[in-house]
Amino acid sequence: MSTDVTAKSPAPAPPGKSGTGTGDGLLKLMVDGLRSNMRQYGMLIALGVIVVLFAVWTQGDLLLPRNVSNLVLQNSYILILAIGMMIVIIAGHIDLSVGSITAFVGGVAAVLMVNNDIPWPLAVLMCLAIGAAAGAAQGFLIAYLGMPSFIVTLAGMLVFRGLTEVFLEGQTIGPFPEGLQKVANGFLPEVGPNTNYHNLTLLLGLVLIAAVIWQEVRDRRQQAQYSLEVLPASLFAVKLAALSAAVLVFTMLLASYKGAPVVLLILAALLVGFGYLMRNGVIGRHVYAIGGNLPAAKLSGVRDKKVIFLVFLNMGMLAALAGLVFAARFNAASPKAGLNFELEAIAASFIGGASMSGGVGTVLGAIIGGLVLGVLNNGMNLVGVGTDWQQVIKGLVLLAAVGFDVWNKRKGTS
Amino acid sequence: MAGPVLEMRSIVKTFPGVKALSDVTLTVQQGEVHAICGENGAGKSTLMKVLSGVHPHGTYEGDILFDGEVCTFKDIRASEQHGIVIIHQELALVPYLSIAENIFLGNEQATRGVISWNETLKHATELMRRVGLTDHPNTRVADIGVGKQQLVEIAKALSKKVKLLVLDEPTAALNDEDSDKLLDLILELKDHGITSIIISHKLNEIRKVADSVTILRDGQTIETLDVKAPETTEDRIISGMIGRDLDHRFPERTPHQAEEGAAPALEIRNWTVHHPIDQQRKVVDDVSISVRRGEIVGIAGLMGAGRTELAMSVFGRTYGKYAGGSVLKDGKEIRTKTVPEAVKHGIAYVTEDRKHYGLNLIDTINRNITLSALPKVAKRGVVDGHEERKVSEGYRKSMNIKAPTVDEPVGKLSGGNQQKVVLSKWIFAGPDVLILDEPTRGIDVGAKFEIYTVIDKLAAEGKAVVFISSELPELLGMCDRIYTMAAGRLTGEFSRAEASQDSLMRQMTKDKEVTR
Repeated sequence: MSTDVTAKSPAPAPPGKSGTGTGDGLLKLMVDGLRSNMRQYGMLIALGVIVVLFAVWTQGDLLLPRNVSNLVLQNSYILILAIGMMIVIIAGHIDLSVGSITAFVGGVAAVLMVNNDIPWPLAVLMCLAIGAAAGAAQGFLIAYLGMPSFIVTLAGMLVFRGLTEVFLEGQTIGPFPEGLQKVANGFLPEVGPNTNYHNLTLLLGLVLIAAVIWQEVRDRRQQAQYSLEVLPASLFAVKLAALSAAVLVFTMLLASYKGAPVVLLILAALLVGFGYLMRNGVIGRHVYAIGGNLPAAKLSGVRDKKVIFLVFLNMGMLAALAGLVFAARFNAASPKAGLNFELEAIAASFIGGASMSGGVGTVLGAIIGGLVLGVLNNGMNLVGVGTDWQQVIKGLVLLAAVGFDVWNKRKGTS
Repeated sequence: MAGPVLEMRSIVKTFPGVKALSDVTLTVQQGEVHAICGENGAGKSTLMKVLSGVHPHGTYEGDILFDGEVCTFKDIRASEQHGIVIIHQELALVPYLSIAENIFLGNEQATRGVISWNETLKHATELMRRVGLTDHPNTRVADIGVGKQQLVEIAKALSKKVKLLVLDEPTAALNDEDSDKLLDLILELKDHGITSIIISHKLNEIRKVADSVTILRDGQTIETLDVKAPETTEDRIISGMIGRDLDHRFPERTPHQAEEGAAPALEIRNWTVHHPIDQQRKVVDDVSISVRRGEIVGIAGLMGAGRTELAMSVFGRTYGKYAGGSVLKDGKEIRTKTVPEAVKHGIAYVTEDRKHYGLNLIDTINRNITLSALPKVAKRGVVDGHEERKVSEGYRKSMNIKAPTVDEPVGKLSGGNQQKVVLSKWIFAGPDVLILDEPTRGIDVGAKFEIYTVIDKLAAEGKAVVFISSELPELLGMCDRIYTMAAGRLTGEFSRAEASQDSLMRQMTKDKEVTR
């Protein structure tokens, strides 16, 4: 899974980031990158170490095609939430209600699709709108009435959890229409001749590699045109090779099982879209400015209230999407769905480089943080660590990640 | 008088790159009220921080003798134990605690960690009576006015058995009535044997309470005068404060000839603003100013004159509560109720507090420069990173921002370079009118000259520049016209030819009674 398809950020050029943590080993780039973005690269390396560790520990089971596929499906909803949560945290806020909204929308979806037989694509759109409305309501209170986000979303957490129970009357409703299940749980369709690999996935991987190379080359040419610094040709070639290799390995892994999960494509689209928006979008830039220094942003003419409102609206919509994926994956809406999801998403964001005071972090970081937690979960399950100890270890990882950041910052200032 | 209670001898205090105090000597007699005055940045507050142990012994040179003893305070607690209490301009009260709790904060009336509320209330009531506070001691500090809060601070000082009370511009935030009450209280405390140092630049106030006045300028003691002596006139004090050095620290500038007829680029009419919390107080009172294209217009004033408040309230109503007045751009009335509106009409405001209001310190030079005009380097909501870098690289070179690349976080830059980033940001927004608030505060001489050159160039390009500054030589060196403000009101307007440090300072220190 390449996460760098549209990496336009000219410098410091992020080295190849790949979900499996196979870094591109470009020393100079790594050093430059480490300097400016210690936390995220630190976490990328940590993710790599964790993957290798569990791969050895599970005698390779972790990296079996089937398990990699599973890992993506298992963590998809947390990763979707983490993307939105990262943006909220960058803006200097917090959202505690997403777990409850996830459950609430799952419940609404069940009532719409199962009880009332509304066609699933229409119901999905309605659910997304409801999530957006829930987020917008909270965003309105936070942005325009100036209520603290912690309190508004804590209330939201209770309200939507309660409403879910009311809606479902305490029961579990299912099953969901097949179409939706295929989206949440399924894989890309089989096409073409039998090659022992999943053809469409292979094709997609190749297209992705081509896109990455095209993008990087175009980027480099543009930078040269603007007479900005560019990587030396040799290093550039190594970077491209490493990026391609990472994408290829991941593609092969998926293609040798059932192919790419549909959810993976959704996730990739979200990552690319939001990553691009946060890095290159005017609104993304405004989110960073608001989180970094609100008074300065205001005095620079940033419409801070509107931006905060939209950030929460977006979070609500993503929570709805996570709710749909979750409900469809388990083929039932339950009042207990999405319990503690908000905490997982928040933990993922902080592990992935967010700062409590806002203004810092990337969407990619949230994904890396989410994957660290996901691989830990999955790996510990495989080796048979009980859920009790799993929680302890995840807590310690969060502490270590943030502690490392604090230590690193202090070293920088003194 | 029973001889000196405090002697500060040859105090030298350096900060990295700046000599804040170079040889200050201060002698305060037992039982007197001693005023210290000087321009902003003369070193008054630094001197008091040295005295109170905020800058501990060892970080400065020179000796402090208090009550005949050599003092080596290592923190505020140590100086307070000796009976020296300083009341800062920003009050150190906890708004949501009661008056009584605030008075005994850090000094709780407790036995073995358990507070005795009866003791607390009893002593608080006594202390409050001494400073003339009649509120109930359980009233929250947030619920009383600034004037009374000031009295709570003094009560707190009294609870610490104060011998020497230092007040840093105590009346700057007070209205006339509260100011009078406070000054009376200082005199009353004097009758009870408490020596006070009062930092102030309100000359009528100094006249009223002080026995002697020490004038500081550029970190040096200029002189100590006996206020009651007939030769100590206001003019005498003013000439001490400003000195006579106007050297060539400014670019050569051909003064702008105001074209008759053309409407001013920016005109502010009858602008009045109330304090955001204390809504009785007029922070800006019926001020009308104008600036033409190509003109640099200065606004001179001391702390609390309302210059920043005027600028910020015009710029998107970012300060205080609007109470009247209009803004005209090129002769047409415009709305500037929000910052985006003001920016749209071509107004830019470069803040005096770049760290809090000007920059996102954790972000890069690149992103700070483009923040106020991102759409200029964006298409359909997407920033063109290459174009953006080209722009910011351009400013890095033309403004001579000293940084290896534009990807450096601005928090790492020196003050002068940070200021250049803020200026770049607003120049990039392409305004017609630039309001510069203390654009050279806290930066070194070399960077100052560069910034003057930029300002000069902006005016030459036909921009209208409003230049707010506390440094008179800077205004005299740069401006075509200078307004003076005092206590929220416009007190004078001078052409380049008419303006001198004396004439300006006289209008800047005018208080209400004097102007009437």
